Amino acid sequence: MARQPDRDAGAVSGPPGGEVEPSPIARLREVGLSYGKARALDAVTLDIPRGRMVGLIGPDGVGKSSLLSLVAGAHAIQSGQVEVLGGDMASAAHRAATCPRIAYMPQGLGKNLYPTLSVFENVDFFGRLFGQGRAERERRIAELLRSTGLAAFADRPAGKLSGGMKQKLGLCCALIHDPDLLILDEPTTGVDPLSRRQFWELIDRIRGGRDGMSVIVATAYMEEAARFDWLVAMDSGRVLATGAPAELLARTGTATLDAAFIALLPEERRRGHEPLVIPPRPVADGEDAAIEAEHLSMRFGDFTAVDDVSFRIGRGEIFGFLGSNGCGKTTTMKMLTGLLAASEGKARLFGREVDATDMEVRRRVGYMSQAFSLYSELTVRQNLDLHARLFGMPAAGIPARIGEMAARFDLGGVMDSLPEALPLGIRQRLSLAVAMIHSPELLILDEPTSGVDPMARDAFWRILSDLSRKDSVTIFVSTHFMNEAELCDRISLMHAGKVLVSDTPAAIVRSRSAPTLEEAFIAYLEAAGGSQEEAPTAPPVQAAAEAKQNAGLARFFSPRRMFAYARREALELQRDPIRAALALLGSVLLMFVVGYGINLDVENLSFAVLDRDDTTVSRDYALQISGSRYFTEKAPIADYADLDRRMRNGELSLAIEIPPGFGRDVARGRNVEIGAWIDGAMPSRAETVRGYVQGMHAAWLTQKARELYGEAATLGAFQLQVRYRYNPDIQSLVAMVPAVIPLLLMMIPAMLAVLSVVREKELGSIVNFYATPVTRLEFLLGKQLPYVLLAMLNFLMLTAFAVLVFRVPMTGSFLALSAAALLYVISSTGMGLLISTFMNSQIAAIFGTALITLIPAVQYSGMIDPVSSLEGAGAVIGRIYPATYFVTISRGTFSKALGFTELAGDFVPLLLAIPVLLGLAAVLLRKQAH
Amino acid sequence: MRPANVLQLGVKELRGLARDPMLLILIAYAFTLSIYTASRAMPETLSRAAIAIVDEDRSPVSGRIALAFYPPYFAIPRLISAQEMDSRMDAGLDTFALDIPPNFQRDLLAGRSPAIQLNVDATRMTQAFTGAGYVQSIVTSEVAEFLSRYRSGAAVPVELTLRARFNPELNKSWFGAINNVISSITMLSIVLTGAALIREREHGTIDHLLVMPVTPVEIMLSKIWSMALVVLLASAFSILVVVKGVLAVPIEGSVGLFLFGAALQLFATTCMGIFLATIAGSMPQFGLLLMLVLLPLQVLSGGVTPRESMPEVIQTIMLAAPNTHFVILAQAVLFRGAGLSVVWPQLVALVGIGAALFLFSLRRFRRFLR
Repeated sequence: MARQPDRDAGAVSGPPGGEVEPSPIARLREVGLSYGKARALDAVTLDIPRGRMVGLIGPDGVGKSSLLSLVAGAHAIQSGQVEVLGGDMASAAHRAATCPRIAYMPQGLGKNLYPTLSVFENVDFFGRLFGQGRAERERRIAELLRSTGLAAFADRPAGKLSGGMKQKLGLCCALIHDPDLLILDEPTTGVDPLSRRQFWELIDRIRGGRDGMSVIVATAYMEEAARFDWLVAMDSGRVLATGAPAELLARTGTATLDAAFIALLPEERRRGHEPLVIPPRPVADGEDAAIEAEHLSMRFGDFTAVDDVSFRIGRGEIFGFLGSNGCGKTTTMKMLTGLLAASEGKARLFGREVDATDMEVRRRVGYMSQAFSLYSELTVRQNLDLHARLFGMPAAGIPARIGEMAARFDLGGVMDSLPEALPLGIRQRLSLAVAMIHSPELLILDEPTSGVDPMARDAFWRILSDLSRKDSVTIFVSTHFMNEAELCDRISLMHAGKVLVSDTPAAIVRSRSAPTLEEAFIAYLEAAGGSQEEAPTAPPVQAAAEAKQNAGLARFFSPRRMFAYARREALELQRDPIRAALALLGSVLLMFVVGYGINLDVENLSFAVLDRDDTTVSRDYALQISGSRYFTEKAPIADYADLDRRMRNGELSLAIEIPPGFGRDVARGRNVEIGAWIDGAMPSRAETVRGYVQGMHAAWLTQKARELYGEAATLGAFQLQVRYRYNPDIQSLVAMVPAVIPLLLMMIPAMLAVLSVVREKELGSIVNFYATPVTRLEFLLGKQLPYVLLAMLNFLMLTAFAVLVFRVPMTGSFLALSAAALLYVISSTGMGLLISTFMNSQIAAIFGTALITLIPAVQYSGMIDPVSSLEGAGAVIGRIYPATYFVTISRGTFSKALGFTELAGDFVPLLLAIPVLLGLAAVLLRKQAH
Repeated sequence: MRPANVLQLGVKELRGLARDPMLLILIAYAFTLSIYTASRAMPETLSRAAIAIVDEDRSPVSGRIALAFYPPYFAIPRLISAQEMDSRMDAGLDTFALDIPPNFQRDLLAGRSPAIQLNVDATRMTQAFTGAGYVQSIVTSEVAEFLSRYRSGAAVPVELTLRARFNPELNKSWFGAINNVISSITMLSIVLTGAALIREREHGTIDHLLVMPVTPVEIMLSKIWSMALVVLLASAFSILVVVKGVLAVPIEGSVGLFLFGAALQLFATTCMGIFLATIAGSMPQFGLLLMLVLLPLQVLSGGVTPRESMPEVIQTIMLAAPNTHFVILAQAVLFRGAGLSVVWPQLVALVGIGAALFLFSLRRFRRFLR
């Protein structure tokens, strides 16, 4: 309803800067958002103009991402009002209607991509989600890949792309459905400058081809923001200022956006800030080196991660390492610290060859990794304390050292807070303090300031400067920021495993006669063969004519979207053959083990006799028992103490005591009593023993009676003919195998299904479900389908094995069994999906699934004890658990020669379980992040 | 190796665990409610077994027999017709069907030794065996008592007095409770160490540890002691409060000795968890591997069915599994009140298996960290 006027407004608006001021694309009123105690957005009121390229600027953790995910409809609104494309995003109907017009690319390199799928398959998946037909999809994908220069890599798995290429692929996925609003969350973080430039050129070309499109971008790079139409500066969950870049500069009277941002910060935040200058390094050095790398190479299989890298870093030098993600920086750092053994070449730290087992060298090195990798469950003080202890500092000196660090890194006020509650800038200082706690001579910092606001970054570098110049600490730092690189004494540019150049920043700029270091870097990259991608050959041609044909997308259920998920899941399964093989072969193995292992026919029980009579009669009695196949006689029991000891240690399952004078009394017809003790520790075994002993006793009596009184003794007796039906030989295999199939078809499909969803939650690609028009049922059924097929394959294998290898006869209707198996595996995968709605971590999911499937399936489903004899809660579980009914059907068709008609009663609960499980899962699954 | 590092890193693991509420809930569930439910549900060996009687005789003696079946061993028998018998057994409604032929009493008194037919659903193995024995002895004693009014016995007066030691009523729930505690111990210790290790790798936090002067042995030991401690405390609680307290299972032996055995068992299973994590490439693979390992451990260790009746090969193979020894130890200590002098071979076996698993997984763990 509300969309038509919108579209008109968008069309009228024309190019950016047109004189008609259109209605805003997004309108936020008093929007607030909290994660637990942390306040991400605080009463944000904002109108984002339509048809513009809008930038959200500010450091990490100020609420940019939260704001974008609210606008994209991926996160549920907590308070306030968010209107996008003229409707309220709190309304599910509006979200469903606008979803196809919004594209959202979340933060994190390729976080919403599927690493095992190829470039083409990734884009194809999104095309299917938006309901495009095959021809349309293929044309669009070809166009997009060509225009982004990814066409040559269509078959490469997304996980093996460089950072820049991943971002371009993410963009292709976002643009496949011609959105009116494109939302990009830090699309260029962690990407080298050349790829970054290409990325923005690509966006410009796309916007050139599609006038009405609005773009909202979050970025931490101020130099990028300068090219946007309109900026929103944010800090601590609030909007500091809005306006065109030029306006912001004019308003603050500054020359760069970095400076402008600092000027916009509240007074108390920028107090004491002054421009950063690092004093020149004293020249008296060169004699001893802290780090020496000679022809280092690292190969993983046929992939060369680091290729012949050499450099030498002097003591007290600040050495910068620049390059995109995945160019080999981290691998080089790992080789220097001895974490990785180099394939070729040598690395020396302080003149000693690097050796992974050399703890001494580690004590001289401090390391700060890329992501915040301190323990969020420990307070600031505890973190410092833990690391001090791990570095083996004397306990007495630790408090003083912690105090010193707190003072130096200005952590005094937050010593007892948890790191999570602290702003990023302070956390980075904490990381540095932790890396410095043991007074190392060498600091290795892997992108220490990514995402830190400009002020905190300056403060951080001031500390580095102090450490280097005053304490002669050697600093080896990697960064993406050119203005940081300029602060280093020397820098190395690294690309695709190779060092392109190593020199002082000024010399590098001079050598390429470039205006800036960034330009010089790009020139080097281009000389080195660009960033692998081929140059875009054609401008993107967006066919507007048929662009909106998918407006008629089914709102509630589209088989196409369901199959999109099913196909993707199947592809992923196909790319992970180990998982499928484990599921198939593992289940056969388990059937083998359980089928042979569980034997209810108890044999070889140990017994011994305490014979106080020792006559032929008493020996005859004992012989009766030892002669049977069920018992094995052990050495006679000497006395009660012996009896007690041997029963206590489990040596004897049965002890028989024959009283003195037994033979004589039997002959005289006096009452005698034989004592038998059974080990009751294992009740089912004891029960069997009891049955055997009673039977043998009775047989002995009959035999004796016949000897004593002749045939007359048997007169008046009757016979009890026992017919063991369905399994006349009473083989455990025949009884167990049909019950093991349901057990295996419960555990394995449920585990696969639960992890397929929880994994997406944990690794982030669940956002595609939040931000695309897929409905909950489509998502669930799509996820389920491949696992149902896999489970059916599993079923066929297990049945074939049962019949052909175990020789369990199939006497009933195979068709009935197969039909029941299909219903059953839909239930078991459905149960997995239901469990997945509660779980956020894969550990909890694995544990929970094991608990919920293994125990009820083994104990409450009639596999060993019939459900009719269970009691209490177990009986209730047994009656509603699908496995119960499938066990009956499986045994019925295998052993009892039954078919559909006789088993109809057991099909009903299986049929009922499916809508109940899937319905619950659909209700409990959340379509937005919370 | 420095013990202080092991201690510090272990404390870190514990704090991490404390921040995963879902996992804590599951641990609590596994050691309390799950054990309680399983134990309460566990039937007596023969409990409310479904029996039907086809009485074609309708004589005093057949009526007597029908009245002799009552709970708790048997459900009240249903009197059915001969035609119904087959369909009811097919549908699994009855485990036993007793068919008393026409003229049974007449033939009995005439000394013609008539036959009663007992149909048993042999796909229900547990009840089939013991139940048939019970039915036989019940019918025999009813018939004998009936006959005794007509003539006095020419029987041998030897009586068999059967006593079950350690669990006089053969209460299956005792055993079930302990067996479930053992399953939970195994399951939890493998999941906690293994999955936690994979998570650290998937999230990249393990790299951070490696640049510090911490050796792989220290990292591994810290995971082992911290997670084992959690499980040990949970199982101690479970044994003392749930099993001994709420379920009122009389425990004969020393809980301390049992817990000592549990600690050794945990040493072995936590190592196994780390080992599985090093061979699984990802969490889904770990989940499947876990199932492949847990099920045989649970089913073949002698906890569900007696070891003696398993094929020789499986008995031998299962000697390599820590669970087998732990189940033997738990039964001996908790039910038979056995002391150190009795269970030392199991303790030695657990130490041996644990040490082997430790060394083996340490080697794999070192490679895993590369």
